[in-house]
Amino acid sequence: MKKFLIALLFAPVIAFASGGNVHLDKWPGSVGDKPALQNGAKLFVNYCLNCHGASYMRYKNLLDLGLTEQQVKENLMFTSDKIGELMRVAARSDEQKLWFGATPPDLTIIARARGEAGNAAAGADWLYTYLRSFYRDANRPTGWNNVVFENVGMPHILYGLQGQQVLNHETHKLELAVPGSMAPAEFDKAVSDLVGFMVWMGEPQQEFRRTLGWFVLAFLAVLFVVAYALKKEYWKDIH
Amino acid sequence: MAAGNFEKYKSDGSLAGNALEWLDARFPATSMWKGHLSEYYAPKNFNFWYFFGSLALLVLVIQIVTGIFLVMHYKPDAALNANGVPIAFASVEYIMRDVSGGWLIRYMHSTGASAFFIVVYLHMFRGLLYGSYRKPRELTWLFGVGIFLCLMGEAFFGYLLPWGQMSFWGAQVIVNLFSAIPVIGPDLSIIIRGDFVVGDATLNRFFSFHVIAFPLVLIGLVAAHVLALHETGSNNPDGVEIKANKDANGIPLDGIPFHPYYTVKDIVGVIVFLMVFSAVMFWAPEGGGYFLETPNFYPADPLKTPPHIAPVWYFTPFYSILRAVTFPLFGIDAKFWGVVAMGASVVIFAFLPWLDRSPVKSIRYRGPIYKTLLTIFVICFFILGYLGTLSPSPMGELVSQICSVFYFGFFLAMPWWSRMDKFSPVPDRVTFK
Repeated sequence: MKKFLIALLFAPVIAFASGGNVHLDKWPGSVGDKPALQNGAKLFVNYCLNCHGASYMRYKNLLDLGLTEQQVKENLMFTSDKIGELMRVAARSDEQKLWFGATPPDLTIIARARGEAGNAAAGADWLYTYLRSFYRDANRPTGWNNVVFENVGMPHILYGLQGQQVLNHETHKLELAVPGSMAPAEFDKAVSDLVGFMVWMGEPQQEFRRTLGWFVLAFLAVLFVVAYALKKEYWKDIH
Repeated sequence: MAAGNFEKYKSDGSLAGNALEWLDARFPATSMWKGHLSEYYAPKNFNFWYFFGSLALLVLVIQIVTGIFLVMHYKPDAALNANGVPIAFASVEYIMRDVSGGWLIRYMHSTGASAFFIVVYLHMFRGLLYGSYRKPRELTWLFGVGIFLCLMGEAFFGYLLPWGQMSFWGAQVIVNLFSAIPVIGPDLSIIIRGDFVVGDATLNRFFSFHVIAFPLVLIGLVAAHVLALHETGSNNPDGVEIKANKDANGIPLDGIPFHPYYTVKDIVGVIVFLMVFSAVMFWAPEGGGYFLETPNFYPADPLKTPPHIAPVWYFTPFYSILRAVTFPLFGIDAKFWGVVAMGASVVIFAFLPWLDRSPVKSIRYRGPIYKTLLTIFVICFFILGYLGTLSPSPMGELVSQICSVFYFGFFLAMPWWSRMDKFSPVPDRVTFK
């Protein structure tokens, strides 16, 4: 009987398929890195929030990044003056649809949406690779294309920082043709910070959730010891 | 053992005693307590597999309580808010971010949905291991199949409510299946949706089904399931009837009162379960993208079909069976026969008590045929489940067809193979320790 059950347990060895054809670089950051998240927030409101909303998120939540209300108001709030407001997009969605062919998606939970079955955290890797994979393409209306997201509607917003890449069609690799204001390693760090902010924004209480988990598990472990002793005590009469 | 034949409580003269006597004269308090708990005699040899009944009840309570709190802030509305996001979708994110403790309640509910199916599948598997569905417990089993069907409906309706991409397109695919029924199909699917496409009317009626209709039926069926069980008494891993050997007072020799023995034992099971449950909820609430499917973090968009529509993991074995049927029959579309096969693959469990003709109940005294076939059945179930999460492919189709044939063969040929096995003698009394 025991052997049979063990056989059952191990019989269906299920392999999880990995999605996509493009190799994704691993996002090197962490959501616990507050200075990186602050930098990411700055990049986000300056570069992303003009076209993309983060409309499930309140400016107030940015205080959790270790910023004061004054700092948030002066450096990160351009579309509103109330700290309790949602991080709405500045542009109008009907106009954007005209410009880009589609309304830019809300980015509040984009890092979660970009995860995969079998690897829910893959969204960060996708964003980290995507934002660094734009290249010049004269055939696109915006003049930009992307290796990860073919024929993407969005132009390369961070090109001033990264510079301009071209796709070498022989090696299928991206090459930096015109340098930007940042060195490649510096730019990678900036994108990593930006992705970190989006991962954090996807679930601002996620660090607290993980911490709380330890307390709950510790409580249950104590409870288990007591309950098990109680069970033993009652059951010692049963033969 | 059933409730009813217990003496009414007599007061000892104290205030509490008088109150209880007053109550007991007007309500079957004592007889219910004794009949279902303190003098309900359960076999003493329950093993690991017997935890999952009480755990299923626990998860039901978790789902109802967390559901009550979710409804306080959730809004079943497909209209777009000022930011262009469907109100229903935005209200879920509002619960996750702005409602105090909302994220915890929501994760309990979403993890609870998957946990419900895990414990119910294990509970059903226990029935297969030890022949719990056999005479005299056929009705308990039938109520159980009813609970399973109801649970599937409950999960299906609930999955639409977050109004994400997978909610929307999953519902679209499943409701469209009904349109494959000849003659009445197209009208039937419109009646279910309340519209020509999945929309606000669909969301509202699914909300109504999810929070009122199905929970009511579910609770009724659970009560019937437990009452029927307590009428016949529980089966056990040996599959022997403990009522066949009673002492002078009419108490089964191998029986022990459910309370306190199984209440204290089940508390241990509950704590272990809650540890696993909490580990998922606090450290991996997406369940690796299987409990919360990642495309569902995009709001529903009727104009954008996702490249791959996959049901949640607990439906995938049956979804695979649906997809395995690829040929028309009697001039009716393959899709219709797929629906029939999918429905049959669930309902066929109800016939187990009459399909199984083996002289013994428990796997302990059955031979290699049952052990082999049950193992293959479980493997097929897992393979079908895995294939159901993938996009269709020729290889996947062939494998799912083979597994589906085995799945149905396991049940339909059971009246013959269940008799042929090499059985070992069943003891008179249960084995303990």
